[in-house]
Amino acid sequence: MTKEKIIEVHNLTKRFGGFTAVNNISFDVFEGEIFGFLGANGAGKTTAMKMLIGISNPTSGEALVAGFDVKTKTEMVKRSIGYMSQKFSMYDDLTIKENITFFGGIYGLSRIQIKEKTKKLVIELGLEDVIDKLVGSLPLGWKQKLSFSVALLHEPKIVFLDEPTGGVDPITRRQFWEMIYAEANKGTTIFVTTHYMDEAEYCDRVSIMVEGVIEALDTPNNLKTKYNVASMNDVFLKLARNVE
Amino acid sequence: MFILFGMPIAQIMLFGFAITNEINNVNIAILDKSKDAETHKIINKISASAYFKINQEITNEKQIESVFKKGKVKAVLVFEKNFIKNLQTLKQAKVQVITDATDPNVANTISNYVNAILQNYTHEINKNNKPNHQIQTQTRLYYNPELKSVFTFVPGVMTIILMLVSAMMTSISITREKELGTMEVLLVSPLKPFQVIVGKVFPYIFLSIINAAIILLLGFFVFGMPIEGNIFLLAFESVLFITTALSLGILISTVSQTQQTAMMLSLMGLMLPVIILSGFIFPISSMPLLLQVISNIIPAKWFIIIIKAVLLKGATLDVIWKETLILVGMTVFFIAVSIKKYKIRLE
Amino acid sequence: MSIIVQNISKSYNKIKAIDAISFEVKEGELFGLIGPDGAGKTTIFRTLTTLLLANEGSATVAGFDVVKDYVAIRNSVGYMPGKFSLYQDLTVEENLKFFATIFGTTIEENYDLIKDIYIQIEPFKTRRAGALSGGMKQKLALCCALIHAPKVLFLDEPTTGVDPVSRKEFWEMLKRLQKKGITILVSTPYMDEAVLCDRIALIQKGSILKIDSPENIIKKYDKVIYNIKAKNRHQLILDLKKYPSQYSVFAFGEFIHYIDNSSTFNSIDLQHYLEKQNNTEIEIKIGNTTIEDVFMDL
Repeated sequence: MTKEKIIEVHNLTKRFGGFTAVNNISFDVFEGEIFGFLGANGAGKTTAMKMLIGISNPTSGEALVAGFDVKTKTEMVKRSIGYMSQKFSMYDDLTIKENITFFGGIYGLSRIQIKEKTKKLVIELGLEDVIDKLVGSLPLGWKQKLSFSVALLHEPKIVFLDEPTGGVDPITRRQFWEMIYAEANKGTTIFVTTHYMDEAEYCDRVSIMVEGVIEALDTPNNLKTKYNVASMNDVFLKLARNVE
Repeated sequence: MFILFGMPIAQIMLFGFAITNEINNVNIAILDKSKDAETHKIINKISASAYFKINQEITNEKQIESVFKKGKVKAVLVFEKNFIKNLQTLKQAKVQVITDATDPNVANTISNYVNAILQNYTHEINKNNKPNHQIQTQTRLYYNPELKSVFTFVPGVMTIILMLVSAMMTSISITREKELGTMEVLLVSPLKPFQVIVGKVFPYIFLSIINAAIILLLGFFVFGMPIEGNIFLLAFESVLFITTALSLGILISTVSQTQQTAMMLSLMGLMLPVIILSGFIFPISSMPLLLQVISNIIPAKWFIIIIKAVLLKGATLDVIWKETLILVGMTVFFIAVSIKKYKIRLE
Repeated sequence: MSIIVQNISKSYNKIKAIDAISFEVKEGELFGLIGPDGAGKTTIFRTLTTLLLANEGSATVAGFDVVKDYVAIRNSVGYMPGKFSLYQDLTVEENLKFFATIFGTTIEENYDLIKDIYIQIEPFKTRRAGALSGGMKQKLALCCALIHAPKVLFLDEPTTGVDPVSRKEFWEMLKRLQKKGITILVSTPYMDEAVLCDRIALIQKGSILKIDSPENIIKKYDKVIYNIKAKNRHQLILDLKKYPSQYSVFAFGEFIHYIDNSSTFNSIDLQHYLEKQNNTEIEIKIGNTTIEDVFMDL
């Protein structure tokens, strides 16, 4: 890849008391890339992600997201990223329209912009008929697709997706990934964590974290060749098993 | 919505009507050793005021102790012998105002009011009397001669703490199990609902007893509060009240699904009424009739009556049996409702 | 039969959570309920563990009726709800002891059953359950559900949100438990776990779509799946979707699973078409069917 670096991480470390959750990790993510951030439970994925989106302060090391230092330029970092997690998606007791308006407002979009975006987004997702329904009444898959679109509302350079497809049915899961592809094609960088190993194959590059350290970082194909296995699942098992 | 709008309205009404340091309709007793025309006039004057209600007349000094113990009256007015004669010959006569100072504020107010009425009366009669007649009042404070506020706040704080720890903690700890999902596992186990609840409640009984003991010891040693009554009776009544509060906590937990609701219910539904309507800070007798009626369903009111009687007046069970029975009744009621409401299944 | 479910329906506020569900689980079987969130899996579990009363239908567990004999069922089953139901502020050992006590047994009595699993968490037995990693918590929860040697084990999404390593270990544990004669009903949203069950029920939106062994389900699937690969995956998906005779196009690991609905389908034609659309490094071959393919086609 000859593209620009959009996330640069140097020796990033986070300690909680005596426990090192993230231990001196370094990596780069390039513009327009789909970057898979994998790891077992408790490997430090979430902690690392929290530091990158500027809601957790690193103990040491530095990270530049969209060119801004996550320690000092937190506000600028937050402006240039979108974030979507499995747990917090949307306000269940607001309608789809209200949710979009609300999040648009948070990111400082004008009323006209919000109106236009809402229109476009609703048509893209095929939600025209349910726009005034409460988000809480939507199936999980739709909610996730909607909250992905909302995370993109302010046209961020990078989107962070924290297990976006957990518990979603297989078809919706694929549709979700097709949305991710479409967005990546537009040049948006996607930073995604998942527990589905087949989804790891969809990423351009994948990093695997084990006990606070990045054990492997490469394209899925190279990783499979390197560890001489047939699937990403086996790569993962091989790497994580060694430690236990 | 109800919590957002209903609660503030309820609170402001409660505070507005209940919080008053004025007194009305205070029950007093009269010991009239003279029984002459003058004392008769004074008594009429006093009973005509809105502040006092003459509850009974007693005939000798020995009865004073017993009417106070029963808690029927807040003050006793004693007219000396030969009142009218003293007034006419010596130009002065004495009235003794004996107040039940277990509630120092109320005691103070009562003696001030009586003084004012008597002064008023002397003014009236002195219009055609030269030299002026004088009615001297002598104030005596029963149970709490130094008017220490500790005498009210120790029983009050004890009541609040026991209510808080027992009701709030039980309800929260049971709803927490619902939230964590452990209740689901406990339900799908051979344990009977009764066992689950006793298991949850037991630690808090223990904790509350320790709390009660600490408060009493502090009151006794640090603030010099007397413990006049039987220590076992005191312990028995405290355990009874703890049980009442715990059963109330269980009841709250059966109707709330989350810790938050349990907390809101306990705080809003229990704490404030306990503080305002129990008679701890504001005399119940001065509240509007409606609030007086409502105060009867507040367990804390009965416990405060009991504990003050036992602590400060050395009352025995024959005096407070009624209040004790009320608490027992409430406890049985709460437990019965909880058992009925407790679900062996999820919603 | 260890579990018999007949026409169970349950609604919450007029919304049907499960609709006329029927299935049977044989003694000693490892039976999987496979479906996404909101399919009704948890409702089925709660009905069978006597926590919910169904609106319609009947069910028995270990020969006991879920309504009438609920006490007997509660005595003889182990249940691990979706959320990890442990006391976060008790240690590993205390949790286990607690659950042993409420079921009127001791750790020693049934130690054989949990030994395999417990030795893995034993080094942390003085640690508070709240401080355990996801995989560890799940092992502890399983120990707690097993401590009274239940005849039937209900595991509601035990592997959700758990990493692949822990998931794999967990299923190995289940296989060992099954050998000890315990009937296991397990639910999962992960389709790849389906093949590890003896028989599975595929459920979605409160209805069962199919019940069979995973092998049979795959065998009976009559469509041919092509694994297709190209350099630009997104472009490939878009182009395949435009191919006139396409039936379905789904990303599947490193390949795209493509199903065609034409009887005269020829992979060379498709190759030409894709090349014309400027796809490079094209690879087309016949692939293996997975449970997930079947599920998506139901």
